[in-house]
Amino acid sequence: MAQASAVTVASLRGVAKRFASGTRALGDLNLDVRQGEFLTLLGPSGCGKSTALRILAGLSEASDGVITWPDASARAAGAIGFVFQEPTLMPWANVFDNAYLPFRLAGTSRAQAAARVNAALDGVGLGDFADAYPRELSGGMKMRVSIARALATQPHLLLMDEPFAALDEISRFKLNNDLLALWQQRGTTVVFVTHSVFESVYLSNRIVVMTSRPGRVFAELTVDTPYPRSESFRTSAEYVAHCRRASQALVGAMAAGESA
Amino acid sequence: MSRAGTRAAPARADDQLRRERWLRVLSPIAALVLGVVAWDLVVRVNVLPPYVLPSPLLVLQTLFADWAILWRALLTTLAITFEGLILALAGGIGLAVLFNQSRAVEYSLYPYAVVLQVTPVVAIAPLLLIYLPQQVAVLACAWIVAFFPVLANTTLGLNSVDRNLLALFSLYGASRWRILVNLKLPAALPHMLGGLKIAGGLSLIGAVVAEIAAGSAGAGSGLAYRIVESGYRLNIPRMFAALILLSATGIAMFIALSALTHLLLRRWHESALVEEG
Repeated sequence: MAQASAVTVASLRGVAKRFASGTRALGDLNLDVRQGEFLTLLGPSGCGKSTALRILAGLSEASDGVITWPDASARAAGAIGFVFQEPTLMPWANVFDNAYLPFRLAGTSRAQAAARVNAALDGVGLGDFADAYPRELSGGMKMRVSIARALATQPHLLLMDEPFAALDEISRFKLNNDLLALWQQRGTTVVFVTHSVFESVYLSNRIVVMTSRPGRVFAELTVDTPYPRSESFRTSAEYVAHCRRASQALVGAMAAGESA
Repeated sequence: MSRAGTRAAPARADDQLRRERWLRVLSPIAALVLGVVAWDLVVRVNVLPPYVLPSPLLVLQTLFADWAILWRALLTTLAITFEGLILALAGGIGLAVLFNQSRAVEYSLYPYAVVLQVTPVVAIAPLLLIYLPQQVAVLACAWIVAFFPVLANTTLGLNSVDRNLLALFSLYGASRWRILVNLKLPAALPHMLGGLKIAGGLSLIGAVVAEIAAGSAGAGSGLAYRIVESGYRLNIPRMFAALILLSATGIAMFIALSALTHLLLRRWHESALVEEG
């Protein structure tokens, strides 16, 4: 079972990001990502949490600060999986080919990758939809394909940028549960970005609350409820208590962001 | 809802759909028949001589009587049109890819592509005919008018790739070549096909304009040349017959390119989606 360890996957020190427009998205962000943990970055929109995630993925350059990766192989192509807010599928390719993409780009043949792609699709419950095209799927199913694609290469680190924000509540709860199950099976380190207090508490064992203008860490909370967590956790007093703490931290972060 | 109700509703919808389909096929045919009858009446009532306005029947007779000449002319025009279209496709897509890969090339060449497009081809044709052999000049005209829509649409398509997909490709270490082949070109395909559909008609127009500009000097005799020649000879029925063939060619090309578009996009693109329910 996956639990946070003391080993650090990546650490950000004094990371800042200034866009060409002059906007300071991040200022002096200090953050350690620990192996095996489910870390959530929680904050109001515009607090730079997505920017932090993109910098971790190497999709964006930090303007200042250092990011260290104790294990260099954790940055190799295919070692990081990324799930965007939109499913970001290729509409001209069927479900199999979409999930096969990371392998195709790594030069792995379809036959060689087939077993792993199919396993990833089975893992998100889409084993029977390999031949379907994205437009034939519901929003939740598209997001599942996106998750399967990110997990197919068995990444060390899975980065998720508000992946369920556009989904209805029923699909979101179901995907929350499935995501936790996958995380427990595989022991992948997850960094999850959301603006939902409830989602952050349900999923993570560590929550970093961020404040805006510029984005930096405001508070850190630990959710020590053991996994597996299920629907009964959603209605427990413990969950409510954690949510209250996270809400208060978020309110504080927003006030700090406004006064800055 | 009662069982009878649930069964009757789809049946009624089916009927309506069928009637709608027949209406779409029969309405234009009815309009055509009415138009031809009106044409025929105008000729008969006014007793117009064929060199003013031939009757539809005479045009049809001429079409059959002159078939040997017209068929050869049609083949010539078709060959030029297709060659122009294929060159336009190659040139338009090739140039769009080049523009997409290098901003410097795009900035230096795009304005001249626009100049080529906005200068009326009728005005360029006589000049081309001076410097190039006639066949080549006609082909060049077809290419000039047809390549721009392919270029403009493909450029638009290549530039409107999903930014997140682009980020994903770079996350997995994709090369420029991979990004072009596996992401940008498929994403641009619907735009490309839209450009091709316009280019098909324009290529025919370019070929016709150039042949008309070539006029009596023309040794290679396409349909447009036959029209000009028949005009000089006051052979008005043959002008009409050649014109009908030209229209038919344009329509056939449009249908063929629409079918190609549907075939390539039917599985995934919104434009090919059949509304259900």
